[in-house]
Amino acid sequence: MKAKHQRLTLIVIALVALVAAGLLAAWALRNQASYFYLPEQMRAAPPAVGQAVRLGGMVAPGSLKTMADGVTIAFTVTGKGDAAVPVRYSGIVPDLFKEGSGVVAEGSLQADGSFRADNLLAKHDENYVPRELEGMTQAQAAEVAEKTTVGLR
Amino acid sequence: MIAEIGLAALWLAAALSVLQMLCGALSVRARGAGGAVLTNLTRPAAVLQGALAAVAFAMLLWVFAITDLSVKLVAANSHAAKPMIFKLAGAWGNHEGSMLLWVTVLSGAGALIAAVERRLPERTMQATLAAQGFVALGFYAFLIFSSNPFERLPTPVAEGMGLNPLLQDIGLAFHPPTLYLGYVGLSVAFSFAVGALVTRQVTPEFARAMRPWVLGAWVFLTLGITAGSYWAYYELGWGGWWFWDPVENASLMPWLAATALLHSASVLASRDALRAWTIMLGVVAFSMSMVGTFLVRSGILTSVHAFAVDPERGSFILALLAIYIGGALALFAVRAGTVAEGERFAVTSREGALVFNNVMLSAILAIVLLGTLYPLLTEAFDVRVSVGPPYFNPVGAIFFVPMLLVMAVGPLLRWRRDSLARVGREMALVGAIVLAALILASILGEVPLLPLIGLALAGGLAVASLLPVRGRSLQRVPMATWGMVAAHFGVAVALFGMASESAFSKERLAAVAMGQSVAVGPWSIRLERVEPVAGPNWTALRATLLASYRGGEPIELAPAARDFWSPPQQTTESALATRWNGQLYTVIGEQADDGRWQLRLWWKPFVPLIWLGGGIIALGGVLALIGRVRTDLRRRSVLRRSATRRSDRAALTAEPAE
Repeated sequence: MKAKHQRLTLIVIALVALVAAGLLAAWALRNQASYFYLPEQMRAAPPAVGQAVRLGGMVAPGSLKTMADGVTIAFTVTGKGDAAVPVRYSGIVPDLFKEGSGVVAEGSLQADGSFRADNLLAKHDENYVPRELEGMTQAQAAEVAEKTTVGLR
Repeated sequence: MIAEIGLAALWLAAALSVLQMLCGALSVRARGAGGAVLTNLTRPAAVLQGALAAVAFAMLLWVFAITDLSVKLVAANSHAAKPMIFKLAGAWGNHEGSMLLWVTVLSGAGALIAAVERRLPERTMQATLAAQGFVALGFYAFLIFSSNPFERLPTPVAEGMGLNPLLQDIGLAFHPPTLYLGYVGLSVAFSFAVGALVTRQVTPEFARAMRPWVLGAWVFLTLGITAGSYWAYYELGWGGWWFWDPVENASLMPWLAATALLHSASVLASRDALRAWTIMLGVVAFSMSMVGTFLVRSGILTSVHAFAVDPERGSFILALLAIYIGGALALFAVRAGTVAEGERFAVTSREGALVFNNVMLSAILAIVLLGTLYPLLTEAFDVRVSVGPPYFNPVGAIFFVPMLLVMAVGPLLRWRRDSLARVGREMALVGAIVLAALILASILGEVPLLPLIGLALAGGLAVASLLPVRGRSLQRVPMATWGMVAAHFGVAVALFGMASESAFSKERLAAVAMGQSVAVGPWSIRLERVEPVAGPNWTALRATLLASYRGGEPIELAPAARDFWSPPQQTTESALATRWNGQLYTVIGEQADDGRWQLRLWWKPFVPLIWLGGGIIALGGVLALIGRVRTDLRRRSVLRRSATRRSDRAALTAEPAE
């Protein structure tokens, strides 16, 4: 093999690998990225049961309850209007999680229409806010809901 | 006054970087003797610039140490009642301070090459220093015009706002400086690549000169990532060690590129092949550092590491990125064609294996980069997504697994041309170990596919990494080879830790009454008491747990939930019990209405091996670095001795004529 051919072969191999990586990434990202839902969106066009998504909104006042096992909590996440999604979470709640505050729950929708959270993200401090909740009051959440569309597929 | 000295030092350093850039560039153009004056200015300018940046940074440390509340940055990020170590570490626990540290490392690296690097042809060296000065100039401008750390307040405040408690940890004192040494140390590779392209000096000699610098940066980067991962693991209290957070990815991407660069540079140094590819990686590695800085510092992504959201800063860094990365890539496009063809080699050869490794590392880099940028992309279309382990783990593994397989065999192959039959016995041995580990792990329990592959490959790779020194006289094995062996062995160790953690971890979440016991894995844990304690700037609820491993002597553990008052924030302080075969991780939560306490417990078999492996990888880098530097010093002393001998001889022959 001539030197020139060798260089060409190397370039082709590298390009093929990178393009393959890119295509694979694009395909996997469409399937594996976890989408963000507001309660009314989750009611209107629910994601598939068991699909990993995130739900963001306000913890409805008076809805937070601790179950008998002492580690599972149940609360309702509300958004615009009367849309509400019941959420269950087992684990240690984030430090600034309370009723009336914003929350993003990572988890999946269950067959009974409730949301099972694997992880809760709450406002950590003034400098660290989950991106979806940045400066969000209930009115702003409603505004976001109008602008945001969910699902590329 | 101190803050003003710091600012003045910054301005002077910026001016010197202009001088360094111009002198270097002009002496590259001048070629003849006319440029000698300029040439002699470049190196001192670089050294002085580094010293001035260090002065500026020292001044910043000083205003933080004395908590000078008339300085805006101190008022916003510090507090008089903070322990001294955190006052100092707080200097880089914010946007402006960390950027100053960034620039200090950048100009420090420039000063170091100006002071000690003598192997490159002088013209290439001048071009390299000019490039380093050019990069530094942009970041000085960024500091001075949009992130001045020394800005004064019109009226001093009575008390500072304090530092984010998550950052008040000893890990913060070491993690960012170490990471930055690696991150920004890669700027040397960038400047070398630009210098070599400008002067068309892409030679094995160039690769040998660049290699120690890349090695040094890579060692710090490895240590920084390892330390950062451990810090996130015990400080956040989430029990995970890698979250595919954009900021973690920002440090991983330069590491992948630098690892590829190390390997391709060694091909160029020993075999004079992969010339253009090595240059390209030199550019890419530091470009990834700058992309990471942009992602983290522009506030475009939210993370614990993003200190402040300021669109002006974002566009400033984006402009710098466009200039430097775009400029370097354009130069590459113009000059790559003129880089002569390298030596040829067969597919089955050490070069072939290293090319494969390079391509796989680049593919992983592409996957991490795309996954990190995807949320930004979709946000442009008003769709908010997050990308996490379900994407990164399997997609990364598709390229990582073949790379590990080749990594096991590659070091056994000869340069230029070899046959697989020659290393057949070794391959059979490694294959047998992988197979045995596969079977053993699947018998042991229900192990998911990825960890199963990980466990098997870790076993095979651990043995394979030692094979290159088998049958050789151990004292005569070069230091650099020991470095490679150690680094590859470290990868196996870390991989085993990762696979074991995800395959065998046991988690338990329970509400526990006082005196009650819970079990997790082989541990039995009893809640003894919960009491309030106070620290210098926090109060806490601290639990005392008695943990007993398989009924043995109980160990006392004290996880706590801390309340900081400045700024008001809570943090979870995990408590760990480490054994040779794993770690017990305990966190205390809230008190339930009936008086029971929430406990979250993990038993993570062999998890410390992840960071131990990271340490071994870095140690391998250190060994290789020592080996390379020693060879260079020996070469220099031989050159010096032969020069003295020559001048002695000249003096002897001159004397009789007198």
